[in-house]
Amino acid sequence: MSVESVFPQLEALLPHVQKPIQYVGGELNSTVKPWDETDVRWALMYPDAYEVGLPNQGVMILYEVLNEREGVLAERTYSVWPDLEKLMREHDVPQFTVDAHRPVGAFDVFGVSFSTELGYTNLLTALDLSGIPLEAKDRTEDHPIVMAGGHAAFNPEPIADYIDVAVIGDGEQAVLEVTEIIRAWKAEGRPGGRDEVLLRLAKTGGVYVPRFYDVEYLPDGRISRVVPNRSGVPWRVSKHTVMDLDEWPYPKQPLVPLAETVHERMSVEIFRGCTRGCRFCQAGMITRPVRERSITGIGDMVDKGLKNTGFEEVGLLSLSSADHSEIGDVAKGLADRYEEDKVGLSLPSTRVDAFNIDLANELTRNGRRSGLTFAPEGGSERIRKVINKMVSEDDLIRTVATAYGNGWRQVKLYFMCGLPTETDEDVLQIGDMAVNVIAKGREVAQSNDIRCTVSIGGFVPKPHTPFQWAPQLSAEETDARLGKLRDKIRGDKKYGRSIGFRYHDGKPGIVEGLLSRGDRRIGAVIREVYERGGRFDGWREYFSYDLWMSSAAEALGGTGVDVDWYTTRERSYEEVLPWDHLDSGLDKDWLWEDWQDALDETEVPDCRWDPCFDCGVCPQMDTEIQMGPTGKKLLPLTVVK
Amino acid sequence: MQRVRLRYTKRGRLRFTSHRDFQRAFERALRRAEVPMAYSAGFTPHPKVSYANAAPTGTGSEAEYLEIALVQRRDPEQLRALLDAYMPDGLDVVDAVEAHGSDFSDRLEASEWELRLDRVEPGTARAAAEAFLAAETVEVERRTKKGIRAFDARAAVLALGVAPAPGVPAGRMPGEEPRAGGAASSEDAATSEDAADRPGEGGCAILRLVVRHVTPAVRPDDVLSGLRATADLAPPVPAAVTRLAQGPLDEESGTVTDPFAPDRDAVPEPTGAGVSSAGTVPGDTA
Repeated sequence: MSVESVFPQLEALLPHVQKPIQYVGGELNSTVKPWDETDVRWALMYPDAYEVGLPNQGVMILYEVLNEREGVLAERTYSVWPDLEKLMREHDVPQFTVDAHRPVGAFDVFGVSFSTELGYTNLLTALDLSGIPLEAKDRTEDHPIVMAGGHAAFNPEPIADYIDVAVIGDGEQAVLEVTEIIRAWKAEGRPGGRDEVLLRLAKTGGVYVPRFYDVEYLPDGRISRVVPNRSGVPWRVSKHTVMDLDEWPYPKQPLVPLAETVHERMSVEIFRGCTRGCRFCQAGMITRPVRERSITGIGDMVDKGLKNTGFEEVGLLSLSSADHSEIGDVAKGLADRYEEDKVGLSLPSTRVDAFNIDLANELTRNGRRSGLTFAPEGGSERIRKVINKMVSEDDLIRTVATAYGNGWRQVKLYFMCGLPTETDEDVLQIGDMAVNVIAKGREVAQSNDIRCTVSIGGFVPKPHTPFQWAPQLSAEETDARLGKLRDKIRGDKKYGRSIGFRYHDGKPGIVEGLLSRGDRRIGAVIREVYERGGRFDGWREYFSYDLWMSSAAEALGGTGVDVDWYTTRERSYEEVLPWDHLDSGLDKDWLWEDWQDALDETEVPDCRWDPCFDCGVCPQMDTEIQMGPTGKKLLPLTVVK
Repeated sequence: MQRVRLRYTKRGRLRFTSHRDFQRAFERALRRAEVPMAYSAGFTPHPKVSYANAAPTGTGSEAEYLEIALVQRRDPEQLRALLDAYMPDGLDVVDAVEAHGSDFSDRLEASEWELRLDRVEPGTARAAAEAFLAAETVEVERRTKKGIRAFDARAAVLALGVAPAPGVPAGRMPGEEPRAGGAASSEDAATSEDAADRPGEGGCAILRLVVRHVTPAVRPDDVLSGLRATADLAPPVPAAVTRLAQGPLDEESGTVTDPFAPDRDAVPEPTGAGVSSAGTVPGDTA
């Protein structure tokens, strides 16, 4: 049975909303397949506004991987802004895909990618607009299977009631496995209904189906155990790891929107995973091991991608791009190739060392040298040992001196506040560091026209990291500490005016912390917030701390636990954590040892260049480090005119 | 350096493209098509593209114009076809001429618009249009960045009436033939998808409007506000508005003529590269 486009109904609403172009689709390289010629259909969602969601690499990759398959269709949907949501409710227009404007409720799978927990209320909005019951238990065979993925899905417990399944890790192969199981089940005439297909998925060991697990609690509110309630369902669910990135050169045809989005560039992922071992970094912990794309693989993707998109800028993405084993040759090779074409190259996420200045110089050969960004993360030598960010202040000053000497005029430094064991003194040293940077810059550049911007985010402890046991700093203490730093910087007569200071207050971090380390009881809080109108929690103009706190008080009433219990409480070794049954490969005992090492200010090296330190991932997941150097070079492209 | 003028459209759902959105898409198409663009001097060089008088977001158009500067000569028609292939369907590049003279934006004296009013009876629309034209002045208000601003929408209107039959691309009913001549361009504008997108039930009035370009600009929306003010005309669904033509005004007949005519009439280049497109002349039917 075919499915009608809802565009005629939507079109009448578009003249009344902001930026209507974001709802009409038609992006370059987007795909519309005939509904009736496919038998497994995915609606993929990034649960934020189009301008944020469209450039998301995860959704873009899965969209292309699925659409390349015969008999499989994938379309995309994003969160609609409240102005359109209101009109859709008034005029009975359902959540739609932007590709063919088909109603999301008609698809087999509704896959939602959570980069952050702040998209949870938007999930509920989308489910409701789709006509899909909010609670998984109320759904029937006629509703899509609601799937969560993305980094936040490594602890899907807060949304366990609202999703049918969660898949953790790399999605490329996982979505194809899920597709085949659904295809077979549908072809057999859907035996056993919804329950049967979910059971088949759960039995693979790589798909988490929350309803097949019971959570039992201790009288003090902690979890006593999480136990499967069906035979054949594994005790722990494994993450997925794609090996050999050169075999998966996606996106091959990146989507190019008509609407303006947050990243107006083409992105090429140059490696996946990171073993620097920064203890606060969830991404670095859950994406191990490092798997590099080869220099020639990168060159091909950049070449084809530029031809397919017309973008003027290429971002070389990864968690720490300068760590690619052949990054020097990659940067030089690409800069040589595109010198005449006015293509800009950028390297986000760089470390603090002089080598990176050479790289940055190479990448900006014919462009503007405006700002360089480094992330020392901690203000004092001591706290950087705690977080395992091995940068000395001398390194930083030397690096900065090189940068200013090469014509760069602005340096941005990223830090965190609220790290474990942190004191006021650790944070106040951020001010000293900025002053030293300016002083050195003025000396090297022989000019007072030098700026340093200090940008500070609040630390939120995340699951599957050594800091998963750590107490989060309260919003009040965070604000007080940052206030002292602000006063110190502003009070500096000689350098204060050259230092920019950007920070966020501590309140959003507490909500993120609640959702990050929450368990199934947090589901009621999310629903309460949603029903009271909470939307777009990642946006300052929509986020309401008071709404979250009053909703939490309401929803957690009688449970014996509260927001502080989830956020500022330190956990013990024995405690069963809500995500322990989701296997990221990291050995929990190793994480605990690393947490103890943090408290002892002991650093751990990188297993790419030092011996394995037994984090557990490779043997548990049967993976290995894949890296160069390959010794190959990027050759100039032959110009065919 | 060669300058080429292009006419392009905003059709179907891509009428929701804002001018900024169009600019980005067009400049990316120039890169993908490897057009030998001239670049501005300066720290961040930009390809030399001049845009003229873009239609507002949400309005369709058969007659948008821009000019590009190239460092190598290209045949305008081949360039048009190439760029059209690289632009998304709906943002179609439909006509091209080699530029002669630098007065192009001055040529755009007036626009012809089509206002499709779904679920409005043609008779009602005709009466409203007559009331509008009978008025000496029609004061309307528009929200601008500086707040609500009131101005006269009547003086700039040269013609307003009910079109005899529906049928231009943006407003074509499913199954209808494209209108012969007129604004229907060399390409078939309405894909079957677009046709399926159109609401079809109820009556449908199509107004044809010719407006002189003045300051402050009188837009179709302002005329719709004026119709509401003078004749209480309140369409139940938002009007689908399409610019059919813009160009020099023939004062005698009150029609909009082809702004490329002076370029086509100019002496051909000695190389013979400037092959004139056989595109139809927009706006010959008002």
